[in-house]
Amino acid sequence: MDLVAGVLAGDRLALARLITRVENDTPEGREALNRLFSHTGRAHLIGVTGSPGTGKSSLVNLIAKAYRNPVDDTPPCKVAVVAVDPSSPFTGGALLGDRVRMRDLAGDPGVFVRSMASRGALGGLSHTTAAVVQVLDAAGFDKILIETVGAGQSEVDIARLAHTTLVVEAPGLGDDIQAIKAGILEIADILVINKADRPGVENTERALRSNLELAHPERMRFGSCGRGGKDNQPKTDLLQSSADEIWVPPILRTIALQGSGVTELKAAIERHLAYLRSSGEWQQREHERLQTELNQLLQAVLVARWREGVSDAELREVVARLQERELSPLKAVEQLLDLDAVPESY
Amino acid sequence: MAERKIRVLVAKPGLDGHDRGAKVVARALRDAGMEVIYTGLRQTPEMIAEAALQEDVDAVGLSILSGAHMALVPRVLELMRANGQGDVHVFVGGIIPESDVQSLLDMGVMAVYGPGTPSSKYISEIRAAVLGEVVA
Repeated sequence: MDLVAGVLAGDRLALARLITRVENDTPEGREALNRLFSHTGRAHLIGVTGSPGTGKSSLVNLIAKAYRNPVDDTPPCKVAVVAVDPSSPFTGGALLGDRVRMRDLAGDPGVFVRSMASRGALGGLSHTTAAVVQVLDAAGFDKILIETVGAGQSEVDIARLAHTTLVVEAPGLGDDIQAIKAGILEIADILVINKADRPGVENTERALRSNLELAHPERMRFGSCGRGGKDNQPKTDLLQSSADEIWVPPILRTIALQGSGVTELKAAIERHLAYLRSSGEWQQREHERLQTELNQLLQAVLVARWREGVSDAELREVVARLQERELSPLKAVEQLLDLDAVPESY
Repeated sequence: MAERKIRVLVAKPGLDGHDRGAKVVARALRDAGMEVIYTGLRQTPEMIAEAALQEDVDAVGLSILSGAHMALVPRVLELMRANGQGDVHVFVGGIIPESDVQSLLDMGVMAVYGPGTPSSKYISEIRAAVLGEVVA
């Protein structure tokens, strides 16, 4: 069976099998990615991240359902879900349990759910998640929901992959200092407070909101224009137009288990998509993402190609000289690559 | 190229609510380095076959304590074959009377593991079935 042709024709077994090849980075998987690449770039990639236990899987279940059964007269979207759970650092095994929360999606041919193990990657995704998403994109899914492993503070790879990133919080998980730390909150396009029926939801929302205001001082200035003054009048138009271009992450409350807040959440996701398209940010993100991907690939291939021409003995000798402190690491690189000096821009 | 990872779906078909055994097996397979997809309680055969397909698993473990295994197991096997997954290894655990074991094996089940089966036994047998290794 030609898996690529099968995937493009909508064959689900071919899709499942090709994802395995791509996840395992086999030669057949790589070849398929080459052939599928021209069919990618159409899906809206929605990332869902947040601490363990905030309800990411339940929310993904809800969002997928909302796209399958729209309450307004928009047509239903085809939805794929990629759910990443951690691999054990000791055995390499993994327990992938996100499907437990996604049973509502069973039996719907317009939905495809795939679980992935992180396989040693630390950024919240696995090394091949982006490639698997490409396969689903080529297979014609309109919305691809990507759920990260339960993320702490710096698992921010998802922001590079997704067009729209949801950061899910729950009441009672941290004070306002947690909220102003760098990292995961910064990558949010939409902030979701799930389990909003729990006590403490007001505090969580206040902390998130004040953090957002700190992050958008220019908007704050505009928002509090009411204070008046001599210099606020002529600039109003200018400020207005630039404020239109700034996306301020909305904060939404949901209760995933009761299905409440999902209509508003879906609307916010669609608003963000419209903003990406109208502001030119879609192109911009796509550009940055492909540039990063190309850089990473170039680095890996350049190193692999160079390594083929170097004997183990030569490398061992250089490392031994490093260990003896006869050579600094930079000097070692110069010697190995036969350079007068490493380029300043490395 | 990454190493070949064995992917196993551990599922609870039918209506009994006892998933302790399924969780013990899932954990043991995880600790043996496999990727285990766990789907939770009260799954229909259709849900299990669909999950096995989407996850492209190498093996499926069905844990049944309700006594409905002679109805549930053949239905799962039939659906998986219809999906083109007749080559996936299916094993059964739970409370299965001795007299039913042979019929299940005849249907195409790889093995039936009753209570007290050491985890090393099913781990090595699943590994052997999937990778074609000889059981030591």
